[in-house]
Amino acid sequence: MGFELREIHKHFGAVRANDGVNLSVASGELHGLLGENGAGKSTLMKVLSGFHQKTSGEILVEGEPVELRTPADAMQHGIGMLHQDPLVFLPFTVLDNFIIGSPGPERVNRREAARELATLAERFGFNFDPDTPTRRLTVGERQQLEILRLLWLGARVLILDEPTTGISAPQRIKLFATLRELAADGMSVVFVSHKLEEVEELCERVTIIRAGAVVGERDLPCPAAELVELMFGGEVEVGERPIVGLGPPRLVVSGLGVQDRLASVEDFDLEVAEGEVIGLAGLEGSGQRIVLDALSGLRRAQTGTIQAGGRDLTKTGYRGYLAAGVQFLPAGRLEEGLVAGLTLTEHFVLAARSDSFRIDWDSAREEAGRDIVDHFIKGTPESTAESLSGGNQQRLLLAMLQDNLSVLLMEHPTRGLDIESAAWVWEQLLLRREDGTAIVFASADLDELLEYSDRILVFFNGSVLAEVNARTSSVDELGHLIGGKVSR
Amino acid sequence: MEATLASILAASTPLIFIVIGETITEKAGVINLSLDGTVLLSAMVGFAGAYESGSVIVGFAAAALVSALAALLVAYSSIALRLNQVAVGFVLFQLTGEMSAFLGDPYVRVPGPTVTYRPIPLLEDIPFVGKVFFQHDLVVYGSIVLIFVTYWFMFRTRRGLKLQAVGERPEAAHSRGVPVNRLRYLYAAGGGALVGMGGAAYSLGAKIGWSEGHTTGLGWIALAIVIFGGWHPYRAAFGVYLFGALQFSAIKLQDVFPDLTQVLGTLPFPIMIFTLVLVYSDQVRSLTDRYPALRGILGSDPPSAIGTRFDVD
Amino acid sequence: MNFADLWKRSRTGVFAVAMALVVGILLLLVAGANPFEALGVIIDGSLGSTARFGDTLMVWAPLVLAAAGLLITFAAGLWNIGVEGQIVFGAIAASLVAREVSGPTWLIVTLALLAGFAGGGFWAFLAGLLRTYGKVNEIFGGLGLFFVAQALAVYLVLGPWKRPGVASTSGTEPFPRESWLPTLGSTRLSWVAVLVAVIAVLVVFYLLRGTRFGLRLKAVGKNMRSAFLLGIPTGRYMLAAFALGGGLAGLAGAVQATGFHHKLVPSISGGYGFLAILVAMLAGYAARWIAPIAFVFAMLAVGSTLLPLKLGLDSSVGGVLQGVLVLFTILAQGWQARRQNRSDGVAAGPPEPPIVPGEVG
Repeated sequence: MGFELREIHKHFGAVRANDGVNLSVASGELHGLLGENGAGKSTLMKVLSGFHQKTSGEILVEGEPVELRTPADAMQHGIGMLHQDPLVFLPFTVLDNFIIGSPGPERVNRREAARELATLAERFGFNFDPDTPTRRLTVGERQQLEILRLLWLGARVLILDEPTTGISAPQRIKLFATLRELAADGMSVVFVSHKLEEVEELCERVTIIRAGAVVGERDLPCPAAELVELMFGGEVEVGERPIVGLGPPRLVVSGLGVQDRLASVEDFDLEVAEGEVIGLAGLEGSGQRIVLDALSGLRRAQTGTIQAGGRDLTKTGYRGYLAAGVQFLPAGRLEEGLVAGLTLTEHFVLAARSDSFRIDWDSAREEAGRDIVDHFIKGTPESTAESLSGGNQQRLLLAMLQDNLSVLLMEHPTRGLDIESAAWVWEQLLLRREDGTAIVFASADLDELLEYSDRILVFFNGSVLAEVNARTSSVDELGHLIGGKVSR
Repeated sequence: MEATLASILAASTPLIFIVIGETITEKAGVINLSLDGTVLLSAMVGFAGAYESGSVIVGFAAAALVSALAALLVAYSSIALRLNQVAVGFVLFQLTGEMSAFLGDPYVRVPGPTVTYRPIPLLEDIPFVGKVFFQHDLVVYGSIVLIFVTYWFMFRTRRGLKLQAVGERPEAAHSRGVPVNRLRYLYAAGGGALVGMGGAAYSLGAKIGWSEGHTTGLGWIALAIVIFGGWHPYRAAFGVYLFGALQFSAIKLQDVFPDLTQVLGTLPFPIMIFTLVLVYSDQVRSLTDRYPALRGILGSDPPSAIGTRFDVD
Repeated sequence: MNFADLWKRSRTGVFAVAMALVVGILLLLVAGANPFEALGVIIDGSLGSTARFGDTLMVWAPLVLAAAGLLITFAAGLWNIGVEGQIVFGAIAASLVAREVSGPTWLIVTLALLAGFAGGGFWAFLAGLLRTYGKVNEIFGGLGLFFVAQALAVYLVLGPWKRPGVASTSGTEPFPRESWLPTLGSTRLSWVAVLVAVIAVLVVFYLLRGTRFGLRLKAVGKNMRSAFLLGIPTGRYMLAAFALGGGLAGLAGAVQATGFHHKLVPSISGGYGFLAILVAMLAGYAARWIAPIAFVFAMLAVGSTLLPLKLGLDSSVGGVLQGVLVLFTILAQGWQARRQNRSDGVAAGPPEPPIVPGEVG
């Protein structure tokens, strides 16, 4: 079943998540929707699946305009969406998950539902014990269950939002086989991803979204470099940068093993010298975040050792790392960094490493005023953190860092910032680097990685696929590596 | 023995209504912390309603209505006003409790109507069972039926599954076309009505009449038993009867340990805390993960979205 | 500031007070009483004579102590509903001193107050341990401990500390005179209780406003994750908040036992813990409003005890008015926030606490 989106706008307050998007997918087509994190792909698909109300625009299903106010409306028109984190009820059994939301007589006939689940599962070679709590299923199996459920409810358009995050390679192969089979039956499949390689592998056609708008549409196969360029913007000119003399190692990591629910990193080695900048590249969830967590003491390493500034910190807790001059700024500025409801002055006082019991608010305000001016923060000492713009929040966070950091870890240092703020952030970081701070940062912005790193470690599926010299590498090479291709 | 069990059963009746009602409300994701006050108010309104009208049914209906309104107010504050459910619930606890004292003043220690004793013919003659289960009033029978009906509703019907879905993961329920907030209003009111009937069952059946602070503490105990019961009607009912048995023993043991009477009566709370610590301990968690069969007994999954609100878009 | 601004800032409060008055008047009319007469009785009953004013202050003091303690736990984002139990346990600890220690009054009183602080703090600390290590939500852990403390008080009254010969729920044998809080003249007003309450509220005001401890506590309460990343040992701060807040509640218990009842009674807390939660809410969790609001509440509580005698009304009128006032205040906040273009709503109270036991991070 084909559908068409015309001039879709979706605004959240002042943020334009979708800014006039057109997209048309024919019946039986495997269509890729490619774009970086935050490009607006998920929002667009949530509009199509009735989860979000569009601000303006038109949705046509089989040529007929439709109004989709709720997910139920969308399902009525045969549009079903599989969310990135499958929307299943973890404590409930597989069978109950299958049943909830399905039409039918008031009294639930579990036996019949189980039979239908088994039939559907068999068709695609899946295997479910209907009485297992969904909690015990892998993410891949949860997806399979959701796909079956949507098919059972009569979906003719299937949207998959980043479905390969957190599933194993065999599960991915199986998923792709299933999707091909469904498309062959006339199902329209929209495959939303920021993973170039997977879109290339699966889809016939691809639409590339950047900053909420469509920047191109291509038939596949198509040269990867072209797609990368569309995704990330024009090829970057990597400027000259001052060569800073690298000093003795500040951070020495060897044999690090660390894992969480979705990713696992083993045997990670790294040595960062004084004044060196290391970029961590890779798809979201490839292991960069848990490595940063381990390097900052937020997550206990299962194996390996971590030394910073000559001290062995392996067995220390987070506060031990802080005391050793290792600090981490995660990407969630208001979630993991600032405290909404507290003023800038209060933030500066919290950040000051002072142990005096009393706070002299007058001088604290004065000092905050100076810090605000020094760091070009648009706000007053009395402004609350959440009232600042993203760029100013990042400035505040940088202003709150300790003075003589040994190691600075950052996640997406400029995500969502305007150009001016981003440039300022890096100016500050480079100043720190000149003072000898070793910097390790994860980013999804290839330009940023190439421009500011000395070396770039490319993560793929929980391990370092390659280490490249940022001076000699290119967006093209990096794009390929990020997709998991070692050679060109 | 039969007499003991029968009296525990009868004495536990109000608490069954209250605990089952709050279980339903919490399953939908709304926590009504006002229980200790609303039970008081509904006990008073139930008695007054029956007294003024001469009809026990009117008393029950009035009590259910008042208590449902209180629960609706908690839901409304959370859904429409984005207020904290705990804060609103707590204020309502105080307010409804005081209102019961104020409005109930004319009814203190006034003799009034009660639910009538109605043994069930034939069944009452079964040895043992008949005496324990079938020589009561209609409200007692109703409480037993309620346990099974609630179980059946929650786990065997489509609406019941939706109820659970709303309190477990509202965005997933929404994606399946379940009207999350509408159902939250509905089950807050429904659960609240049952709580109110529990209050009326107290003043018209279990401990007849009205006096200030007539049911004090019952609501808090009920909130504890809901947790103890792991949001499952059978386990909740078990908790209620266990509490009833403990209280009964406390009275019996009065002769043996006259000093400990009051202490024994409060045992359920420490037991509940102990259960909670145990259930959430890593050891038990890993045990139930390894042996899923144990989860029915040991595991206790609170509705994940309890106390939170859900905004569409 | 012009009038428009003033109105904008105060209209929530004005509206709430107006609604409370309307509801209160309606209730009184329903009960067949003249509202203004009732109000007159309440004011006269609480302020009408030196003795009555003294009685009002003797309610005010424990209320302020408990509310001041609650501000500390609220700052840390904790719902310390177990505050009643902390009052009871503080009273028990103070009673122990009052019964067992002999010596000059200043010594016994000092020791009894210290014991009350320690007892209440200890009881709250247990709730804190349950929360931080047992993953039991503080609401239910605290309530459970309240019931245990209550049972302990009853046990002591009827058992080991019973009056010689008769065990009665009316309380233990009165403490020796030396352990009573000193009073002013012939009134029941104890200047020590009032002084302790004033000091407590000033200390809390200073602690939350002028110290690093208070600021860090607020950070923990508003965003535990960020606070931790800023290097604050969040678990320890939460425990400290429990201990301090509970300690002040325990002082309220000590005042109740040694300054008011002069013995241990089963209902020693007088419900002041729960009432103090309402005071804290109505004060918008700000220390500077605690004293006046607690005074109004104390007036309502004391003044309405005269209603049954004078107007044949139940004394719970005061409690109803308190509840209505707080309810409409927070509802009005919600309505106002909703009208302001539904921008991110101001929740009544500290950031939504996790309610689910076990889901507590």
